Amino acid sequence: MFTIFSKDFSDFFNSLVAYITIGIFLIVTGLFLWVFPESSILDYGYAGLESLFNIAPYIFMFLIPAITMRSLAEEKKEGTFELLATRPLTDWQIVLGKYFAAFAIVVLALIPTLIYYISVYQLGVTRGNIDSGAVVGSYIGLFLLGACFSAIGIFASSVSRNQIISFSIAVFLCFFAFSGFDSISQLLSLQNIETIITSFGMNQHYQSISRGVLDTRDLIYFLSFIALFLLITKTILGGRKW
Amino acid sequence: MSIVVDNISKVYGQQMAVDHVSFKAEKGRILGFMGPNGAGKSTTMKILTCFIPQTSGAASVCGFDVTANPMDVRRNIGYLPEHNPLYLDMYVKEALGFISDLHAIEKKNQRIAEVIELTGLGEEQHKKISALSKGYRQRVGLAQAIIHDPAVLILDEPTTGLDPNQIIGIRQLIRDLGKSKTVIFSTHIMQEVEALCNDVVIINKGRLVANDSIEGLKEHFSAKSLEEIFVSLTNPVGENG
Repeated sequence: MFTIFSKDFSDFFNSLVAYITIGIFLIVTGLFLWVFPESSILDYGYAGLESLFNIAPYIFMFLIPAITMRSLAEEKKEGTFELLATRPLTDWQIVLGKYFAAFAIVVLALIPTLIYYISVYQLGVTRGNIDSGAVVGSYIGLFLLGACFSAIGIFASSVSRNQIISFSIAVFLCFFAFSGFDSISQLLSLQNIETIITSFGMNQHYQSISRGVLDTRDLIYFLSFIALFLLITKTILGGRKW
Repeated sequence: MSIVVDNISKVYGQQMAVDHVSFKAEKGRILGFMGPNGAGKSTTMKILTCFIPQTSGAASVCGFDVTANPMDVRRNIGYLPEHNPLYLDMYVKEALGFISDLHAIEKKNQRIAEVIELTGLGEEQHKKISALSKGYRQRVGLAQAIIHDPAVLILDEPTTGLDPNQIIGIRQLIRDLGKSKTVIFSTHIMQEVEALCNDVVIINKGRLVANDSIEGLKEHFSAKSLEEIFVSLTNPVGENG
């Protein structure tokens, strides 16, 4: 598994995918946090990172599928999947290696945003006047969200040999999983089961972790979400039908 | 017996790609696997390499069953797939390094140097695979197949698209490897089979139509050329005008 991980991980850097996605992520979050007046921390006047954690899921929605769209779709298209599958490797090792390589890029994109935290920490009127508990919680939420989106992306990549199709499917699924359930629960006829439907959505669990309370129910939700998508991916690969 | 294929069938939807095929391959012998396009050669090879499961029947490689012990089978097989898929973005040594890592080979660098020497990749070893010509790519594919020194080699059309000199080179390599290993390779070129193989298996529309040594086959068909035998077995007179 580690061999697949390191191959894919270095592929991301050889093909510039990693630099560009991490770069764009940092530029966009930087703009929203410090430049655009509507969401800028400087204009907002409160020492908090809420705007980062509000905007990041939507950037992830596009960037993570861009990272993952290649991973299995290309192997299948080029026939190199046959090369991997006839080596002493289980399908699980292939899927997990690729999954963790994509997730590692997400983690690398998030680490530099700690600078934002340090900046806000230093800039507070009384230094250090920031709700660090909520920030830690939000980061954990964001990591879990990125992990889920990566699982969706790997799954979408296994469905097709075409990277564009994989990308589109992944963006749609990420969007739907994140905020689709919230919107559906607003339907008039579904009002009486609204809370059940929103609890399927990622947004609710993300918000709840962001408050700084790490509830096992939220953790189990995210982990089982990841496991489910990786399991489907493994099953699709095992079928060898494409 | 290194390879035992016992009554194997593979059904794709409605189509019977491989229809109750059985044959055996022994160590130290080269087996030529022939048949018209679409006869089921690649499918049989994919089943032997544990890439796709068979619908019925059993196959084993070095005593390991392909369904029960796929990991042991894969450790003992060197496989060159049809169309020779490669990671074009990688450098030759990088690709070989990656494959040796998958097999957890000790003394990796030493083995890579050996394999480069064996396949005659010396001059091209610092290039990117995408920069190589078809013949050299084929050698990289072959190098990847033999890097873990497998007991069994399965080569799916290893010589297609090569120029005559390259074909001679690859044949010599296969001949040398065949001395100590079990080799199965598929081809459309009759001279190649005659020049290289000890045994021949011919399949047509998924069915086995011949399974014999070259001498045996010629004796049986009263000394006709291999080409004539092939045509008479796979395209009986009258079927195609």
